[in-house]
Amino acid sequence: MTSSAIRLFWALLLAALGFSSLSGCTNPNLVRVKPWQRGTLADVTMNPDRDPLAIADAEHVYFSRESATGGRGVGGSGCGCN
Amino acid sequence: MSRPTNQPIQCLALAALLGLFPAAAFAGVKVGDAFPALDAAGLSGGELPATSGKIVLVDFCASWCAPCKASFPAYAKLYADYAPKGLIIVAVSVDQDQAAYQAFVKKLKPPFVTLRDAKQQLVNEVNVPTMPTCYLLGTDGRVRFVHEGYHGEESEQEIRKEIDTLLTEKTNPS
Repeated sequence: MTSSAIRLFWALLLAALGFSSLSGCTNPNLVRVKPWQRGTLADVTMNPDRDPLAIADAEHVYFSRESATGGRGVGGSGCGCN
Repeated sequence: MSRPTNQPIQCLALAALLGLFPAAAFAGVKVGDAFPALDAAGLSGGELPATSGKIVLVDFCASWCAPCKASFPAYAKLYADYAPKGLIIVAVSVDQDQAAYQAFVKKLKPPFVTLRDAKQQLVNEVNVPTMPTCYLLGTDGRVRFVHEGYHGEESEQEIRKEIDTLLTEKTNPS
């Protein structure tokens, strides 16, 4: 195999790798939610923290079971040093 | 002595071009493009003002979009200041839920025209990059400025400067 053939081989290999790895993100056949289609996602019912009472309840169960608190966006590591 | 070669760099550039080309192929309406005709977009909910030869601000908004709500008072101020000078603001709601759209308009009471793109035909054609996005069109109907998102005072000041630029061009055509 000549050196130019080897160079061509590597060039094609790199091009194929680049195409396969980068084009995956831009494949038009993938289902994408467009910015104007996010009405359902933006609905209040999609927010897991929408009910303060349910959050307090879940936190209480978690604390009672694990003897730990925190880890839901508050300070503390949940190591039991509360 | 062999000649130094930059073949690996060329290969990487080729690979990047091949991989990224499809992303460029799906870009929407951008600066310099002619904006789709509003009267042919199937917009409902009101009367479309005559936009020919006018400076037009087209804002894509939705009732579920918090920055859109934040932007409306600023657009109302812009409208109050610039409507006498010939600015037209058209807010295009992409709401599919008619009740949500009506509640949105009723609550914010915009002084400018608000229409609904119920079938999301225009927004698809324009392919807005984010919500909200506003397009400032020159008197020739071409997009002169695009604002992605609404960033409070900063956005309002930028839009004011751009409207001033367009008004100056309108009064002093070169």
